[in-house]
Amino acid sequence: MEKIIAGKPIEVNEEGYLKNFSQWNKEVGEEIAKEVNVPLTPRHWQVVDYIQDEFKKEVPLSIRKIGKSGVVDIKEFYSLFPNAPLKTATKIAGIPKPASCI
Amino acid sequence: MKRLVILGAGTAGTMMANHLQHELDKNDWEIDIIDEREEHHYQPGYLFLPFDIYEPDDIIKSIKEFIPKGVRLIQDKIEMVAADENLVKMKNGDQLHYDVLIIATGAKIAPEEVEGMKGSEWHKSVFDFYTFEGSLALRNKLREWEGGKLVVHITEMPIKCPVAPLEFAFLADSFFKHKHIRDKVEITYVTPLSGAFTKPKATEALDHLLQDKNIKIESDFAIAEVDNENKKIIDYGGREIPFDLLVTVPTNKGDELMERSGLGDELNYVPTNKATLQSLAHKNIFVLGDASNIPASKAGSVAHFEAEILTENILRFIKDEPLKEEFDGHANCFIETGGGKALLIDFNYTHEPVEGTFPFPGVGPLRLLKESRMNHMGKLAFRWIYWNVLLKGTHIPFVSATMQESGKHFA
Repeated sequence: MEKIIAGKPIEVNEEGYLKNFSQWNKEVGEEIAKEVNVPLTPRHWQVVDYIQDEFKKEVPLSIRKIGKSGVVDIKEFYSLFPNAPLKTATKIAGIPKPASCI
Repeated sequence: MKRLVILGAGTAGTMMANHLQHELDKNDWEIDIIDEREEHHYQPGYLFLPFDIYEPDDIIKSIKEFIPKGVRLIQDKIEMVAADENLVKMKNGDQLHYDVLIIATGAKIAPEEVEGMKGSEWHKSVFDFYTFEGSLALRNKLREWEGGKLVVHITEMPIKCPVAPLEFAFLADSFFKHKHIRDKVEITYVTPLSGAFTKPKATEALDHLLQDKNIKIESDFAIAEVDNENKKIIDYGGREIPFDLLVTVPTNKGDELMERSGLGDELNYVPTNKATLQSLAHKNIFVLGDASNIPASKAGSVAHFEAEILTENILRFIKDEPLKEEFDGHANCFIETGGGKALLIDFNYTHEPVEGTFPFPGVGPLRLLKESRMNHMGKLAFRWIYWNVLLKGTHIPFVSATMQESGKHFA
């Protein structure tokens, strides 16, 4: 479905994740962050940049991997993006919700 | 003479030894399989042992019994794989040169990854059921346990047999009902996922079953530590869940041999092409079963389907032909739901489990994603199939290696 985010129509899924990363820009990220009540600081942006880089390299993301990335440890990751940090951070970053493989 | 070496004589490695023994020309090829253990365990049995449904004898046989004639079994410790030299180096100093290597070293639990998990309460009020020792210790505990807070918990994904903890919760519900103490037991299912399962339609069905059985679900729980003194688990967000009896599935990791050999990722799984099963780093190394990092279930059924495709790819590789990109992530799992019933799910990389009939479209006799007694009989019959058909690498009639789309109700 289509949703207007930061003034432009964006394709999202039922849970609000962007379907197409190319439609993402910083304003879109900021607006999604407001929706999920996460005020973004420069520290948040470092994490968002990191997970976008990993996504572009097609590296599957996990909380464990982010905790060992040297960018942020798990405790801080939780304090930056409370409750379900990986889901929240990927939503803001405009990339798909990480599927924990089964 | 060329040599093919298989590392690990569990479900995957044993099946592969049986397949290749039929296919490779004995005048050209020697097949070796290396595993330091003496026993082959039917791992799905670890789920039934705690509830006194199976006895230890039902799930343990000797590794030797399932290795075919003509395949050399080496029961010794491996020091490392030197992939650049095509060598397996043994602890005793022996070196084994290979032309083709198949890694089937599986996955195992690593409770030491979580602070306090392997603490003072380990195997006293904190148990795993992914090892024989854990499962047996839990059986002894459950025989005398009089009730309280039972917490069934998954540490992080991926884990072997991702439905096993759910089955454990369902069987526990049944077990305590049978003992007439269900009213004294509070069961909570704690998961790092957002629901009972990762795939939406199955999650819906399973969430419903949890509710029916009065099992509380706590989702999105990323454990930081087990507090042994106060008997609670705490997550990174500060959420606390108290327990009297914690049954946890610790972090699962590939074999440490992969770490020592520089072949694994951060969880010691070997990066593998998900369609051909060839290792990404070395063309003459293939990976089968739980040891790989492919996004499929870590389950015996997956290894079985993979083995059929990998056998063909090994033959192609030897003849210098292009590999078949055929593995589709096919998994087929029974889910015990207690009270003599079970669900069946059948899915792959792209198709989530849905309702339908299996293996004959429109006929069954097994029903997909619906509880039935027939499915439960299927699960129990599976132990016989495992020992007598699956390990021997025999094709299971009517069940194809790639997933079949007909007979399934995709929306």
